[in-house]
Amino acid sequence: MDLLRFSTAGSVDDGKSTLIGRLLYDSKGVFDDQLQAVARSTVNRSAGPLDLSLLTDGLRAEREQGITIDVAYRYFHTPSRKFIIADTPGHEQYTRNMATGASTADLAIVLVDARYGVLTQSRRHTFIAALLGIRHVVVAVNKMDLVDWSQARFGQIVSDYLAFSGQLGLAAPTFIPLSALLGDNVVEPSANMPWYRGPLLLQHLESVEVDGLQTNAPLRLPVQLVIRPNLDYRGFAGQLAAGQVQVGDEVVCLPAGTRSKVARIATYDGDLQAAAAPASVTLLLEDEIDVSRGDMLVHADQLPMVVREFDAKLVWMDAQPLDLARPYLVRHTSRSVRGRVAQLAHRIDVNTLEHTASETLNLNEIGQVRLSLAQPLYLDAYGDCRATGSFVLVDPLTNATVAAGMVDHQAVAQPGTPAGVALFGRAERERIHGHRALALALIGPSDRTAAVQSELERRLLQRGIQALRVDAAFVAPLAAVTAAALPEVAVALIERLVEAGHVVISDLPGLGDPGRLSPADLVRVRLDGQGDAELAIEIADLSESAVATRILTWLGDGGHLAGKLVEGRGAGI
Amino acid sequence: MPASSVNRQRISVTPLTHLQALEAESIHVLREVAASFERSALLFSGGKDSIVMLRLAEKAFRPARFPFPLVHIDTEHNFPEVIDFRDRRAAELGEKLIVRSVEDSLRQGRIVERPGQDNSRNRMQITTLLDAIAEHRFEAVFGGARRDEEKARAKERIFSFRDQHGAWDPKNQRPELWNLYNGRIHPGEHIRVFPISNWTELDIWHYIAQERLEIPSIYYAHRRKVVIRQGLLLPISHLLRPLPGEEVVERTVRFRTVGDMTCTACVASDAADACAIIDETAVARVTERGATRVDDQVSDASMEDRKRQGYF
Ligand SMILES: Nc1nc2c(ncn2[C@@H]2O[C@H](COP(=O)(O)OP(=O)(O)O)[C@@H](O)[C@H]2O)c(=O)[nH]1
Repeated sequence: MDLLRFSTAGSVDDGKSTLIGRLLYDSKGVFDDQLQAVARSTVNRSAGPLDLSLLTDGLRAEREQGITIDVAYRYFHTPSRKFIIADTPGHEQYTRNMATGASTADLAIVLVDARYGVLTQSRRHTFIAALLGIRHVVVAVNKMDLVDWSQARFGQIVSDYLAFSGQLGLAAPTFIPLSALLGDNVVEPSANMPWYRGPLLLQHLESVEVDGLQTNAPLRLPVQLVIRPNLDYRGFAGQLAAGQVQVGDEVVCLPAGTRSKVARIATYDGDLQAAAAPASVTLLLEDEIDVSRGDMLVHADQLPMVVREFDAKLVWMDAQPLDLARPYLVRHTSRSVRGRVAQLAHRIDVNTLEHTASETLNLNEIGQVRLSLAQPLYLDAYGDCRATGSFVLVDPLTNATVAAGMVDHQAVAQPGTPAGVALFGRAERERIHGHRALALALIGPSDRTAAVQSELERRLLQRGIQALRVDAAFVAPLAAVTAAALPEVAVALIERLVEAGHVVISDLPGLGDPGRLSPADLVRVRLDGQGDAELAIEIADLSESAVATRILTWLGDGGHLAGKLVEGRGAGI
Repeated sequence: MPASSVNRQRISVTPLTHLQALEAESIHVLREVAASFERSALLFSGGKDSIVMLRLAEKAFRPARFPFPLVHIDTEHNFPEVIDFRDRRAAELGEKLIVRSVEDSLRQGRIVERPGQDNSRNRMQITTLLDAIAEHRFEAVFGGARRDEEKARAKERIFSFRDQHGAWDPKNQRPELWNLYNGRIHPGEHIRVFPISNWTELDIWHYIAQERLEIPSIYYAHRRKVVIRQGLLLPISHLLRPLPGEEVVERTVRFRTVGDMTCTACVASDAADACAIIDETAVARVTERGATRVDDQVSDASMEDRKRQGYF
């Protein structure tokens, strides 16, 4: 038995509650005491036949208003599947609830009242389902009993719906004519609509193919915590967000870029040879590399984007509107970083899908934005991977969850992207170059750094590494043009070059100072053999070539430059 | 997303069953809490849901110790079999168990009994629980509640925010999307975390069978003296005496929940093991609470009222 999560959306009175009640009731998911409570309330409301909609009516405040206002979860099962329903209201002010319900759903049921046909609300529901990446949409054309079970009416609604849903990039929806009240085509076939030959609703829910194991998707394992009962055991625990991992796989730890091999996949029930999303596992690695919460383990040939700036769609969920000047916390996988919404390109009208310029986003508004982060995140486009393409924004002062975001495909040039990274993001460039980007800061009062730099640059280039020496002579003309201080220009330049996938070698002073270059991108090499650095070499008695060899070997051993240097070991460097 | 350029040898992995998927989700929640909070606790009553939670915690953290203590709010209206089991299980696991009792809260005047009204200790334990949370400055407290139990629960988040008074505001819950949980709090506030929100009663029994979990004996069929009150079978004990006119009968029964002895009913059943219970549960016509909780029948909204005040 597997699991299908679906959400339901419909406007008030479309019959959503009745439909869910019908599904629960006809699949025997309702208990007698719940029915009794319904029977009691039905009497109070004097609403005629057993009102199945009351089965799904939750909180007191809502009962008083007579409408559902939040997301509620319902459960039922048939012999072949367990179902989790995220029951969400459909009126405009509750876009946030619909998005919440849709975020975990594999399928969405959009209700349409056969009498009224496709309304603005139907568009909105469909748009939100598409925005939240739901692949299967069922359009339940309800209350067919009130349109004389008319095939023509149903046909009209289908063509109206297809006329707009095509623009949304939604896979072909499934249309089912039904009567939630009377049960036609929900669980039992309809004698009133012999012209309909498609699946019954429940039958469709039972048979629709859900994302199975995404064994071919790129591996994404966000590390939640390190399990360390004793010195001999260091387990990296997390739930596989995508892909498959196996014992013996080489994995890269982001952001450091360090590598190791999977020694064990440990679970309480014994070790596994392989595991796939969405399993929760604990990995033990062959080497003692530094891995902590917020890091992500991936395969070297399938890197996510590692970015500090990205485009996304944002659903605003807080009464306090978006403030472009304020920092927010970006919660992504097991990571939280500070960031800002740097740009609001436009607002997207959920009803008309029109784009309008806007200064802010209010509750339940959707916008196209660019985020800018203090530290990098490792992202995929939401369309490729929900778990690594989704994030929420938290207000650091109120602690409220203020927005939900979906990461866009980033490959296309965006206005405002710094030159040099316009067409390809860093992750793409690193993949094409076949190694990660970093800055090598050579530190030390040595008259020989220039010679060491040249030697390193030459040897790296020979190995096919995109290396570039950035020394004072290189930066000086730029500093002159921009009339800025040389160190500032150098740092900005080196940052851009690293973003563009290069290995930058530089002996400019102060690069390793806190707050200058991102520590994740920086390897400090001290040539006087002392002090705080990733690598310290006393070069007094060494030739330039010997120094370069030491540095390259160290980089290769640490896995810093991926395949290039590892292959090269013993072959002349 | 880049396609793989390496031809990796793929071992075929079988898709997760629905129970494995639920388990993976619950483990993720447990680990999120362990990684995000300094001080958390797991409410362990000796009941079946919290027994499942302990197994999930083993799966989340072993071979390490649990990064939190177990806490029991003892109503002293508990079944003795359940208390024995509680102590034994905590000892077997080698985990720390903190017990705080409603009786103590009563003695200290933290709670005043309201004779005639809701005399069940379900309501009273709210105070004891909130006191324990304040005493240990817990930031997150795991509960074993499930959304299928009751209407108010159906809407509650997995990370459920509580204000300084421990209160839940159903109208002002934090949006919870994907598996991204917001556990940020100010001092004095806390989060109730419900890792098995998406499990049903039947899932729990399947898991107990699958994991061969030991549970207190009173969950299985046994002979017991009961009275029949408002259609429910109530167990006779030193705390529950027959009312005038009520007849004490002996029946083969089992408990579906094991709370307060004065208001937890049992059901007629011959089910002697988890598999037999699964068969019964699969065709059960009454919810767990409806069958066994007298206090929830008082009004349709009684659970919601309790939760607003800080109930589990
Ligand atoms: N005739 C007819 N009435 C229906 C049908 N489904 C729902 N209704 C009625 O429409 C009204 C609104 O239904 P409800 O389920 O509460 O709608 P919701 O607001 O979408 O949850 C109720 O009076 C239902 O009895 C149907 O298929 N046919």
